Amino acid sequence: MSDHEYTPKSKVGKWFNDRLPLLTLANHLTDYPTPKNLNYWWTFGGILTFCLITQIITGIVLGMHYVAHADLAFQSVEHIMRDVNYGWLIRYVHANGASMFFLAVYIHIFRSLYYGSYKSPREVIWIIGMLIYFLMMATAFMGYVLPWGQMSFWGATVITNLFSAIPLVGESITNWLWGGYSVDNPTLTRFFSLHYLFPFLILGLVVLHIWALHVPGNNNPIGIDIKKPSKDTVPFHPYIVIKDAFALLIFLLIFAFFVFFSPNILGHADNYIEANPLVTPAHIVPEWYLLPFYAILRSVPDKLLGVIAMFAAIFVLVILPWLDTSKVRSTVFRPIYKQFYWFLVADVLILGYVGAMPAEGIYLLIARVATAYYFAHFLLILPFLGFKEKTTPLPLSITEPILGGSPDMAMARDNSNYKEKL
Amino acid sequence: MRNLFKLTFFFILVSSLSFSKIHAAGEQNDLLEVDWSFKSFFGKFDRASLQRGYQVYAEVCASCHSLKHLSYRNLAEKGGPEFTELEAKAIASNFEVTDGPNSDGEMFERPAKLSDKFVMPYANVQEAIAANGGAYPPDMSVLVKARGGGANYIYSVLMGYDEPPAGMELDDGVYYNKYMYGNKIKMASPLDDDIVEYSDGTKATVDQMAKDVTTFLQWTAEPHLEARHKLGFRVIIYLSVLTILVYFSMKKIWSRIETKV
Repeated sequence: MSDHEYTPKSKVGKWFNDRLPLLTLANHLTDYPTPKNLNYWWTFGGILTFCLITQIITGIVLGMHYVAHADLAFQSVEHIMRDVNYGWLIRYVHANGASMFFLAVYIHIFRSLYYGSYKSPREVIWIIGMLIYFLMMATAFMGYVLPWGQMSFWGATVITNLFSAIPLVGESITNWLWGGYSVDNPTLTRFFSLHYLFPFLILGLVVLHIWALHVPGNNNPIGIDIKKPSKDTVPFHPYIVIKDAFALLIFLLIFAFFVFFSPNILGHADNYIEANPLVTPAHIVPEWYLLPFYAILRSVPDKLLGVIAMFAAIFVLVILPWLDTSKVRSTVFRPIYKQFYWFLVADVLILGYVGAMPAEGIYLLIARVATAYYFAHFLLILPFLGFKEKTTPLPLSITEPILGGSPDMAMARDNSNYKEKL
Repeated sequence: MRNLFKLTFFFILVSSLSFSKIHAAGEQNDLLEVDWSFKSFFGKFDRASLQRGYQVYAEVCASCHSLKHLSYRNLAEKGGPEFTELEAKAIASNFEVTDGPNSDGEMFERPAKLSDKFVMPYANVQEAIAANGGAYPPDMSVLVKARGGGANYIYSVLMGYDEPPAGMELDDGVYYNKYMYGNKIKMASPLDDDIVEYSDGTKATVDQMAKDVTTFLQWTAEPHLEARHKLGFRVIIYLSVLTILVYFSMKKIWSRIETKV
């Protein structure tokens, strides 16, 4: 990286940059050497940044009109929807934006799993990413409570009650979280306060996430280390910027479709019923993006163990860089892991599905099998596979994946070609 | 290409899962489907139907069901029933609201104005429950959005009154309804042929009134639906054009190096 050699052309620029090297930073960001074979799965980092900024801006505007009070919250949301200029647009962007944010983050995480982006030397990027993901879930959960509909109230009741499973101090902790003896106005006001705070913590972590990324540089679909800068890389601007912009626009088209033509399809109808502590909804379900964890929670018969399993499901992801013992990053060169990777994707989708179903009969059985498989994937299959799997030969560089061959991924994948050339 | 294949596969998997979920939820009786004018991308409200729907609400539903999030001015606003301001003022003036305190420190009654919220039929929830045999007639402002199935569900319930199947015992004040969750409802069938007299000469059949009032309730739940569809269409067009432009810019920029994008 050529950061140190940069000097601004103008005198004022130089004067300023000597005191605060913002221009050096800007120069680093434009020149940042990026692998030129990044595919569209790599565009979700930019998309996620866009999502975070959108949520923060719409959220700040909503916060100007929203009233965090158990008796007024539902009414104030209707006020936003009816009387605030374009309030319906801002609220629907914020509500659907949360779903789009999670859609993007799941793609981002699964991309990392496929191409081994969590492996050395990128463990810290991954762990910060998991912290962001965890904070995102907490933020989204608290945000869902704010409209004070039936699902808000009962979702908050179910999730905060989880803490009562902790031995000895569980009940005290739950009461402390509630600010009383049940979910009520003090719970709502503190959730609002934290819902406003957390996105800024996420923003801070995102800066660290990108900073940590810029130390080793991007991973790439072939997963090999590359020289930077070299003919394997392109400067971030304009190559990656324009590509990210294109992908973002496609993403925005889908986003706009939800906001304008199907704004409530991802939510639950019951949340348009005002919260009523005396009436329990038939099925209490979280938002779709939390369903896999909800399924894991309910698949364990014991409450405390269920809570532990749910948090463990996230924790195994945090320690993933040390659970996966394979030195080869990209799944392209790991034929057996590739099968297990798609099993895991299917497993998480199944968990999400049974999480939306009542926890009984066949659904409970499926949830248990899928939960067991989820943990087996990370705790048994991955450590074992790293030692046993025979990986296919790695190319030497991106431009010369097969000893002077084409930069085409399809050819890099096809190792018969490689053998012939040897 | 293989990625595309996998994506398609998972899309089909996910959509079949969600389809089976929707199907499982409607296991009692499949809801009646109406081809609503407000559905689709360019969906708009049928203005005459909204006005008739308001009449049905005012003459039939309003004695028990509130519309607490609406104001009388909404009746004259764009995208709604679009009564003239004079008509909306006349409607409002039929209701009495408590105002005050005045300069003597006393509360007083006055006719409602455009800026007032819809007057509620009961003073509080307890009174509503007491007057309706223990069942609270829900506020109808966002009722369409608060029920799975939306407008079709509301229409179906209004059309779903029938004789209970043999062997089903119903308590006093409980009625059988094909589409209501649990098939039991505490509201007697609210609509009968010609229970209202439409001023535009439309024949007031139960089906017609059910459609009109459902359309009206869709509007109360989503008063900016027309603006949303209109803006949405423009946004999609704008984004599509921009996407195409950016796509070709990207192709041009990447053509400087020998890598496909």
